[in-house]
Amino acid sequence: MNQENESFIEIRGLTFMRGDRVIFDNIDMDIPRGKVTGIMGPSGTGKTTLLRLIGAQLRPDAGKIFVDGRCVSTMGRDELFRVRSRMGMLFQSGALFTDITVFENVAFPLRVHTRLSEQMIHDIVLMKLQAVGLRGASQLMPAELSGGMSRRVALARAISLDPDFIMYDEPFVGQDPIAMGVLVNLLRKLNNALNLTSVIVSHDLSETASIADYLYLLADGHVIAGGTPDELQSSEDPKVRQFMNGIPDGPVPFHYPADDYAKELLGERP
Amino acid sequence: MSRLLDHVATLGRSGLEVLQAMGRATIMLGMALFGRSSSHGSMPSLVVKQIYAVGVLSLIIITVSGVFIGMVLGLQGYNILVRYGTEQSVGQMVALSLVRELGPVVTALLFAGRAGSALTAEIGLMKATEQLSSLEMIGVDPLKRIIAPRFWAGFISMPLLACIFSMVGIFGGSMVGVDWLGIYEGSFWGNMQQSVDFWNDVVDGLIKSVMFGFVVTWIAVFQGYDAVPTSEGISRATTRTVVYASLAVLGLDFILTAVMFGDL
Repeated sequence: MNQENESFIEIRGLTFMRGDRVIFDNIDMDIPRGKVTGIMGPSGTGKTTLLRLIGAQLRPDAGKIFVDGRCVSTMGRDELFRVRSRMGMLFQSGALFTDITVFENVAFPLRVHTRLSEQMIHDIVLMKLQAVGLRGASQLMPAELSGGMSRRVALARAISLDPDFIMYDEPFVGQDPIAMGVLVNLLRKLNNALNLTSVIVSHDLSETASIADYLYLLADGHVIAGGTPDELQSSEDPKVRQFMNGIPDGPVPFHYPADDYAKELLGERP
Repeated sequence: MSRLLDHVATLGRSGLEVLQAMGRATIMLGMALFGRSSSHGSMPSLVVKQIYAVGVLSLIIITVSGVFIGMVLGLQGYNILVRYGTEQSVGQMVALSLVRELGPVVTALLFAGRAGSALTAEIGLMKATEQLSSLEMIGVDPLKRIIAPRFWAGFISMPLLACIFSMVGIFGGSMVGVDWLGIYEGSFWGNMQQSVDFWNDVVDGLIKSVMFGFVVTWIAVFQGYDAVPTSEGISRATTRTVVYASLAVLGLDFILTAVMFGDL
């Protein structure tokens, strides 16, 4: 059943709306098993929302999402919690538990989902913290960490159970150049060593392109392109070129939809 | 005419919103207490930790308020009763007011302000900082792990706090009545013992505080869980907890008093 070339996540006809605003309009997507897939796009296109839909924290208005062959968008609550224990997710804010230490944060998934001995938990936590360079911070409280450090602790927590699948929401934001280089390598190495399936949502084009096997570009509620980083770099599509080259205005608007600028400045106030 | 219709529509909309919120609150509590998912931890130890936070840490405000209210009752009671020469009944008056009414009600009001608001703010901030979402993604149900232990802790703590409140209140009343104003100790305690019935007064007061514990904690955890995850949203939710819980306690108290003591 689980063949090498099979997609780990299949998204079919996904439509999602917030109020009257269409976030995703009937999109299809395949996340290949054992690969790093980057999802990129302008701010506000719903990249984080897509991760929440895959984790079934949000339910789609139409369409289905299959994770490892099982439809999570119609799954019952109890089953969903079991499936999620095999997923890891790195939140944009880190989302550490503020009432326990860094060590306990990383140990938390191990304590709730395994019956490992205290010594074993201790060793695993220190190994994960060592990987993100924060073993020395194990006894600090989350409030004592910087934003970048919190996100690295959150990464250690997300990988503490060695999940099958990890979603990273903006992992490179707030990292200094040294930590950034280490993180990029770590994400790639983790994927290769554990045969994980990873999804990275990010704005950092060069970092994401350097580790992703496959990239999707989202804009205006649609998947505007999908392919290997090299394919996208050499794409002739004006939307793709605009994003890959960081051109401020083009087919993908920089501005949030608004009335005419001059008219709004010069016109009468309502 | 159209403005009138607008008002009717607004009224209807807010009515529907209230009903929706009550529905959400009921579903939340039902899933937290009776849902099949696991808390992934020993529930008793999670509850004990929360009893410390909401119960033990509320002890100071409860005991200090209890002593003062008992002392005021003793003083006021003495001033009125001494005119009729019945100051020996101060003990009875202090005990009955505390055990039947002031113990459960004032404890619930203080509890809503001290522990209820803290529960709402804590859960609301957990939501705003994505801690509840990250629990979900770790595969742990936040309703079981976060909501249920806090609910049980409030439910268990409230009657105990109300008992402590009444006890220290009676002690405060005796300090004023017996030690300060010189009422004969034997009649102070004797009258109290004679007039306070275990089932009709003590148990009825206890039932009240159990009901208040249920309602206040339910409102507090729901407001936190349902809060809009912004600074303003949490501020509003915390205010709502104190206002709704206080009104619910006072309204429920009237109903319970009417049923228990009104011979209805």
